[in-house]
Amino acid sequence: MAILPADASAAAIPDSTVRHRLDGQTVLRYVLIGLLGLFLYFFVLYPMSQVLWRSLLDNDGGFIGAANYVRYFSTPAIAASITNSLYVSVVAMIITVGLAFVYAYALTRTLMPWRGVFRVIAMLPIFAPSMVQAIAFVFLFGNNGIWTRTTGINIGVYGAKGIVMAEVFYCFPHAMLILIAALSASDARLYEAAAALGASRLKTFFTVTLPGVKYGLMSACFVVFTLVITDFGAPKIIGGKFSVMATEIYNQVIGQQNFTMGATVSVVLLIPALVAFVVDRLVQRRQYALVSSSAKPLEPRKNPLVEGGLFAYCVIIAASITSIYLVTLVVSLVARWPYNLTLTLKHYSFDAVGVWTRLFGTVYVYTPLLNSIYVSLLTAVVGTAIAFIGAYLVEKCRTVASTPLYMISLLPLSIPGMVLGLAYIFTFNVSGSILNRLYGTLAILIISNLVHYFTVPFLTATTSLKQMDAEFENVAASMGVPFYKTFWRVTVPIALPSIIAISMYFFLNAMVTLSAVVFLVAPGTELAAVAVLLMDDAGDTEQAAALSVLIVAVGLAVRFVYWLAMRRVTRRAQAWTQTAPDQLTVMGTGSLA
Amino acid sequence: MASPEPRPHAVDLDGIAKKFGSVVALKSISLSVGDAEFVCFLGPSGCGKTTLLRIIAGLERQNVGVVGMAGRDVSSLPPSERNYGIVFQSYALFPNLTVAQNVAYGLETRRVPRARIAERVDELLDLVHLRPHKHRYPAQLSGGEQQRVALARALAPSPSLLLLDEPLSALDARVRQSLRLEIKALQRRLGITTIMVTHDQEEALTMADRIVVMNHGVVEQIGSPFEIYTEPSTLFVARFVGHMNFIQATAGEKPGWARVGSVELRHRPGPRLPVGSRLTLAIRPEEILIGPAARDGENRIVTRVCAIQFLGAFSRLGLALPGETTPTLECDVAVNALAEVGVREGAELPLALKPEALRIFSDGG
Ligand SMILES: Nc1ncnc2c1ncn2[C@@H]1O[C@H](COP(=O)(O)OP(=O)(O)OP(=O)(O)O)[C@@H](O)[C@H]1O
Ligand SMILES: [Mg+2]
Repeated sequence: MAILPADASAAAIPDSTVRHRLDGQTVLRYVLIGLLGLFLYFFVLYPMSQVLWRSLLDNDGGFIGAANYVRYFSTPAIAASITNSLYVSVVAMIITVGLAFVYAYALTRTLMPWRGVFRVIAMLPIFAPSMVQAIAFVFLFGNNGIWTRTTGINIGVYGAKGIVMAEVFYCFPHAMLILIAALSASDARLYEAAAALGASRLKTFFTVTLPGVKYGLMSACFVVFTLVITDFGAPKIIGGKFSVMATEIYNQVIGQQNFTMGATVSVVLLIPALVAFVVDRLVQRRQYALVSSSAKPLEPRKNPLVEGGLFAYCVIIAASITSIYLVTLVVSLVARWPYNLTLTLKHYSFDAVGVWTRLFGTVYVYTPLLNSIYVSLLTAVVGTAIAFIGAYLVEKCRTVASTPLYMISLLPLSIPGMVLGLAYIFTFNVSGSILNRLYGTLAILIISNLVHYFTVPFLTATTSLKQMDAEFENVAASMGVPFYKTFWRVTVPIALPSIIAISMYFFLNAMVTLSAVVFLVAPGTELAAVAVLLMDDAGDTEQAAALSVLIVAVGLAVRFVYWLAMRRVTRRAQAWTQTAPDQLTVMGTGSLA
Repeated sequence: MASPEPRPHAVDLDGIAKKFGSVVALKSISLSVGDAEFVCFLGPSGCGKTTLLRIIAGLERQNVGVVGMAGRDVSSLPPSERNYGIVFQSYALFPNLTVAQNVAYGLETRRVPRARIAERVDELLDLVHLRPHKHRYPAQLSGGEQQRVALARALAPSPSLLLLDEPLSALDARVRQSLRLEIKALQRRLGITTIMVTHDQEEALTMADRIVVMNHGVVEQIGSPFEIYTEPSTLFVARFVGHMNFIQATAGEKPGWARVGSVELRHRPGPRLPVGSRLTLAIRPEEILIGPAARDGENRIVTRVCAIQFLGAFSRLGLALPGETTPTLECDVAVNALAEVGVREGAELPLALKPEALRIFSDGG
């Protein structure tokens, strides 16, 4: 393409363009963009600015500059949470990514049997709050765990060791998904070239395989690191006296009512999460350039020896993951683990925390579970609508606001749940403010969930919108068809697989999340995950296990419904496109990470 | 048909300029398109054709200038109020809608009764010979068929103007040939004013009533295909449209004469240039006379045959001017004439450059 030189005639042409008359549709677009801006302002920017601001005040509201930070770093008991957090995050990251890489390699690069089964089993942790892993490890290796009691050896699970163990299992599926994607995207031609040059299998692995998935590995590292450093559930259950930043925020706010110190720790916690996020963005941008469109997919070849070893490895990992859930299930079904193993349903009576709601007749449901399902459903519906329409407005209605709105939409990914929850306290628990009306309602829980998990759906929607012909809207405009009609009749149907995947992502995350909502629940609006935490706190660990089982069960059931929906959509879409099924296998996995 | 008073132009562009940042895409373009006329915007990649088409469509906003349609200033109207149909290079067919639904798309919001819509859809599908494929999805059609669906969809709401942006460029040569004829015939039949953007000069020459040749954001020439081909007004147009021989020369002493090496050649009347100043002579390969026709013509020179390229119905000779060893002239000769004249590689070939075919361009542009 010839680029015209910026000659003298450029100066003669004014910078402004001829304006079009405002018609109803343009006004409607601007209004919608304005609403998106208001939403992001009130529920992302403003609350976050409150956290920053409060970290500079004392508890009476006086401005004290950086004094809180000085106190934070100079009080060894609190400051330790920084190094503790970094320590468990890095260790868990290395172990998780290492384990998940071999697992993903076995699933993508060999022809061993049961690959589908292994993949499904490894996805299980997606359906459980991070507390479940921790609770299971307590049952196994805790002071009264079955291992401790039968062998007499106490491995000292409370503390860094237990946190790392729990986080490795919790993060495993996220790392695996990213690595599967990276390992599947490699180019067979490179392997053919390596073979032609007579490179050994090992040499090929180090010169072709590893460099090829370099960016996938980095991405997996960042994701796991961020998940661990922002996680609250596992360290709360199994951390004992080992304090990390997420639990420190909770202690300061709930334990000591020291909101400003909570805000200070929050701001510090934002830094590693933000850095990981920015670096990951930069890395991912490069990844796209790595796989050329002419790449040839790699066909795995049979190799009995390697396959045998990897198969054994996968069996061990899958068995470990399964055993976590089995232990939780068994604990919830026996009278008193591990002393009395008679079967019983008494732990499902949930009498320690929360109340029961009468649905109809004599049918009662445990209120926190009902709340969770209700909140998750609404998060899925409303969140999907906002994320998709928001991405549409940013991507298809280009205005000066597009870039800022896009940037703000990426922000929630790097906001730890605890920080968001605290930010919402500062914003909505203000007497006299109209925002206060939301405090203590289910609505605030829904909003916090859909902000907390906004970025991934927004990016997924953006990607699927980018893949659509940019002229759809122009064709429609030329025929005088309003944009919202084209949105409904063309854009939404084409993006349906992504839309379904997005709503599933919202639902499953809302079902298991703890960190943001733990600050926002009120009497009557308890959520299941919070109830698990409170039960465990109160020593009713069996009930916590029982409720966890129900959370996982709901998640799996919903996942099944989504699977059916996805199959129907795929079938229908197959009539008009060949690319849809491809997209589905990537999206239909439960996580969009 | 003689109408009592002349109808206004379908499209009037007045002083359109457009820049993207500091890149000037269009510099003050003015032209008009008559009613029922088929006009092609022709030019190399990046010359601003698409940008100009999109400004007419209202999909891009010009920095200065006025867009008029049917005598009305539409510069401030959004695309939906300009009444045109458009076909993009990608066709932009809605993949989830059938052929019939695609064609009906623009009719549905116009409060047309359902039965009437169905009728109109069939009418248009007949027009583009796609009635049997009515219930298929776009992905189940060939490229050429998709193109025709896009055309039918654009025409369905009976717009007064049809805009086509490189509609044939994604198709293979054979389909392109037949669609050229089909689109042209359709345009004639419907009498719809049409603007088509293309960088394919053959396409422009065969389809257009008038061609607008563009380069670097300016209009180089506007004229009928015949005018553009026979009377290129600038060196750029001469180079871009059709095949052309260029001969470097200097202005001779006598007006109307130029000097090439030691030979003086008479050329078409052109701009008076100072004696000795550099200029370019241009002649098309098929206008060079050889054999008996060359014997008694004017501007006779003797060249050497360097290459003979067989191209089917005719052969193209590569000819070196006297005193040169590399071919600078190409000459098209019908196959039977070739045998008659007895052309051999390496042999000398006398030829005549008809003065009325020898165009002259000063070397400034
Ligand atoms: N949205 C844009 N932003 C910046 N520059 C643009 C934009 N659209 C076009 N241009 C520039 O304006 C010039 C003209 O572009 P245009 O698309 O009109 O060319 P064209 O003649 O249609 O070329 P082609 O034959 O390649 O389609 C080019 O230099 C192009 O790079
Ligand atoms: Mg173009």
